Amino acid sequence: MDNIESRGYIKSEVLVSTEWVMKNLTKNSVRIVESNEDPLLYSSGHIPGAVQIDWTNDLNDHVRRDYLDKNGFEKLMSSNGISNDTTVVFYGDKNNWWACYAFWIFQLFGHANSKIMDGGRLKWINEKLPLAKDLPTYPQTEYISPMRNDHEIRAFRDDVLRHVRNGLPLVDVRSPEEFNGLRLHMPDYPNEGSLRGGHIPGAVNIPWAEAVNSADGTFRSADELRQIYEIDNHLQKDDELITYCRIGERSSHTWFALTYLLGYENVRNYDGSWTEWGNMVGVPVQKGK
Amino acid sequence: MTKYPQKLQAIVDEINSTFDRNERIQFLIEYSEKYEKVSEEIANKPYPEENRVEYCESDAYVWTAVDQNKRVQLYFAVENPSGISAKALAAILSESLNGEKAETVFTVNSDIVFDLFGNELSMGKNLGLTGIVNKIKHQLTL
Repeated sequence: MDNIESRGYIKSEVLVSTEWVMKNLTKNSVRIVESNEDPLLYSSGHIPGAVQIDWTNDLNDHVRRDYLDKNGFEKLMSSNGISNDTTVVFYGDKNNWWACYAFWIFQLFGHANSKIMDGGRLKWINEKLPLAKDLPTYPQTEYISPMRNDHEIRAFRDDVLRHVRNGLPLVDVRSPEEFNGLRLHMPDYPNEGSLRGGHIPGAVNIPWAEAVNSADGTFRSADELRQIYEIDNHLQKDDELITYCRIGERSSHTWFALTYLLGYENVRNYDGSWTEWGNMVGVPVQKGK
Repeated sequence: MTKYPQKLQAIVDEINSTFDRNERIQFLIEYSEKYEKVSEEIANKPYPEENRVEYCESDAYVWTAVDQNKRVQLYFAVENPSGISAKALAAILSESLNGEKAETVFTVNSDIVFDLFGNELSMGKNLGLTGIVNKIKHQLTL
């Protein structure tokens, strides 16, 4: 279903089609940004004119486990030719995991004029739309960013502990094996860098991929999403919710679906996720279903 | 003594002499283009679960064969068309380790992922690629 407006999303303007991108990609007011997990993909061919913003390289602080600061964000925007009023459209591999992650970080800096290309990189390629290998350069811009706001859409470990004590719901978007804590018991395999397996008490397990159509990677309609999150898993629109996964990338995909497609107003992404929680001393962990 | 078997070490040395990140990426992309999928004589779809690499989001499969002289042949299938890094690793390992003795192949540890791809891989990607290396070793112990 290519017609995004007909899918009943609360904020449908944040999602654009491959067709929209094709029509708008040469506009000065639009910057297409590719964000991938696989660091080789962008250079092997990307949407013409698209810049790459890499999670590991560009969005992380290189010393602390944290994101770049105001100064770093301003520099990144400036060097990619992005102004405060530029429409930024993200797309990437893995059904837009990393695109949603980058989108989420852009929201920590208040770049509200951001969109996701529905279906991501794979849909663009399957539709045989043009690819380019050259690295585009854009004139530097003056970008003024506010201080990073970590309060509204980002949760830290203490927030999560408080959340658990108050009996509030979380969404664990990892696979059922990760959720149940089975994965750490397999012999001969790395254990995800976590000492304990299981999930945060109060979490429901809704793997991130439930939100997308497996055929073409586009988001499911609002009604289908409500069936999954609200009818099958009893979440409610006014819930205070925290999403998490292993490092916060898959859960920013679900954060995006809940916040924009279903209009939830109180969802935070816990980017510390299982790599922090599963290693912390003394925090509550639940195993099994 | 070098860290890896000779041919693999040569590739590691070459990639670490690249000038910058883009050059490293181009080098790896060129390898990914050399990737060859396992032939139908070795395996057919649906590929067995026992050959699937855990944690590799690119849906990768590994087969190892050891002949009577204890020489190893590696075969790979990377089912995700976007799994370029997995394909590059598969191509590098096939080119450099096929024909080596099992005990030599067994000395290659998952550091190879860091030595080839640098420290810019996400954790998920890192786990997937090291999973490929570990799967080879796991199969050689069976």
